[in-house]
Amino acid sequence: MIDMRKFGDFGGIYVPETLMEPLIELEKFYSEIKDDEVFNKELEYYYRYFAGRPTPLYLAKNLTEKIGGAKIYLKREDLVHGGAHKLNNTIAQALLAKKMGKRRIIAETGAGQHGTATAMAGSLFKLKTEIYMGEEDIQRQKMNVFRMELMGAEVHSVGSGSKTLKDAVNEALRDWAANVIDTHYLIGSVIGPHPYPTMVRDFQSIIGRETREAIIKEEGCLPDKIVACVGGGSNAIGMFHPFLNDKVGLIGVEAGGKGLSTGKHSASLCNGKKGVLHGALTYLLQDDDGQINQTSSIAAGLDYPGVGPEHSFLKDTGRVKYTTIDDKKALEAFLILSKEEGIIPALESAHAVAYAIELAKDMAKDDNIVVCLSGRGDKDVEIVKDSIDRGVIKI
Amino acid sequence: MMVFEKISELKRRDENVLVSFIVAGDPDKDRTIEYLHALDESSDIIELGIPFSDPVADGKTIQEGYVRALKNGFKVSDIFDIVRKFRERSDTPIVLMTYYNLVYVRGLERFLKEAKFAGADGLIVVDLPVEEGEEYIRYCKNFGLDTIFLIAPNTSRDRIVNIDNATTGFIYLISLYGTTGAKKTVSDEAFELLKKTKSICKNPLLVGFGISNQEQVASLIKAGADGVIVGSAFVDIIGRCKDDKDVVSGLKKKAKELKDALYP
Ligand SMILES: Cc1ncc(COP(=O)(O)O)c(C=O)c1O
Repeated sequence: MIDMRKFGDFGGIYVPETLMEPLIELEKFYSEIKDDEVFNKELEYYYRYFAGRPTPLYLAKNLTEKIGGAKIYLKREDLVHGGAHKLNNTIAQALLAKKMGKRRIIAETGAGQHGTATAMAGSLFKLKTEIYMGEEDIQRQKMNVFRMELMGAEVHSVGSGSKTLKDAVNEALRDWAANVIDTHYLIGSVIGPHPYPTMVRDFQSIIGRETREAIIKEEGCLPDKIVACVGGGSNAIGMFHPFLNDKVGLIGVEAGGKGLSTGKHSASLCNGKKGVLHGALTYLLQDDDGQINQTSSIAAGLDYPGVGPEHSFLKDTGRVKYTTIDDKKALEAFLILSKEEGIIPALESAHAVAYAIELAKDMAKDDNIVVCLSGRGDKDVEIVKDSIDRGVIKI
Repeated sequence: MMVFEKISELKRRDENVLVSFIVAGDPDKDRTIEYLHALDESSDIIELGIPFSDPVADGKTIQEGYVRALKNGFKVSDIFDIVRKFRERSDTPIVLMTYYNLVYVRGLERFLKEAKFAGADGLIVVDLPVEEGEEYIRYCKNFGLDTIFLIAPNTSRDRIVNIDNATTGFIYLISLYGTTGAKKTVSDEAFELLKKTKSICKNPLLVGFGISNQEQVASLIKAGADGVIVGSAFVDIIGRCKDDKDVVSGLKKKAKELKDALYP
């Protein structure tokens, strides 16, 4: 029997009892509504007129010429309202929450991108919105905190544990347990207990579907390789999923941080062990006892010790290849794309760009690579400037 | 002594059950053992929490206990030492409270075997619902460990039946929506949950989360609970008192006060 809650051994529902019924309710509601014509029509409307979809698939001509290898296409999720792919998920979940009769949505956020996208969706659908964000991240991303507040969301500072994304998830889960009756927990990636990994993947698959249509129109064939960065894994799985059954090389890029050997990274798939965190069995960065490790990445959105369970499954089956790019290479790619194309990528997305550049060099000129440019880099310019000032990289 | 035996024996004498919880290794191994003996004077069952870095079911008080223990270098293997040492001087049943990752990473079979050999009698795995617990339940049965599951105010009737069937020892009723942490009163949800589960469950029903005083205990017993589980009220004493002697006397006093309220 196939266990719908799982991807092989991965995934499942490992949560305190109080969260079981809301998850069962959510699964039931989602399975009823996901093929509902009215729901999908509405969603399409908001994707188009609120989010600005479809996003272009753009041939990065200058970059391609500079590298001198395969053609590099960028799937421009940085052009989605709010500046990242996150809104694809938040509009859909907020609409779902509204239809479930919930009055309030809560979310965790690291860099503040998901928090911002949740605040947008909350304002759009008039849902009371509260965001949990680590004390440390609030310090690093003050602008995003203010953006959320402008749109009417309340931001709670999380001072426990490592004071970053993982702890924000913990606090959001605690809030949810206390307020299950009127609250929907709007998880921002393909992590968490079933049905989140499946549901968020479905909502983000619009990225891959649009890419497929556009590349066939442009090139008359599917891409040779597709590259995406992996934090929790939502932009990557959304991009990969419609191509899983095709002959297309899929590569997920994790944050190598200061290097795998230093232990200061966020490469759960490349360097983790199986375990259970935030409701799912998946690859985790943890010590020998199973205590969760502190992680590190220059990209706050990748700074998480776990990863979506479907990625763990795809790693074990070998269908997707996972690799890492360290902070320095991501910074370099950030500069290259900004300079060559006039597109400032999010530091998260810069990890995928960096790997695509390496890949393109060794490929033929008529091959093509699609990079999921998951977000824009306005939020990161201060961090990058600081790295330049400190001499980490040269402009 | 098995958990169920202990509860049956108490019930025969018309007594109700006090389960006392503290965090293993808070603030260190030796003091945990000392505190356990202090609690043992008035407690019927000991529940020992294994520190975890990401305790999503716990409120601030117990989280801080975990942080103190982990800061002082707590290792999962320490839990078995603590149980073994406590066992040298007491046969009070011990239940281990843990998050599933610590069990999973050590290996289900290995963890449960070590727990049994050390002298533990049962387990509560807070983030392992019955739906994911098939293998765990089988191993516990083999090793003769009680599987204590929780029921929340929103648990459906069907799932209550399943949980009751998977449970041995006692059912842990969650008294409120939310996390652990001492409260002054008992919520209406707790009374409704007691009423609902009383008509369905064959296991003894113990109420936990938020219990910290005599009035709460008395009202729950009056409403038909077989006992209470108290954690944050004890962990708070450990976190608050500077002097070891004050902790010991504080724990003894609190446990006695609660046990006194458990007589009908
Ligand atoms: C622009 C951008 N890309 C990627 C990520 C990583 O998330 P995921 O792996 O779920 O796509 C984030 C998270 O904040 C982000 O803001």
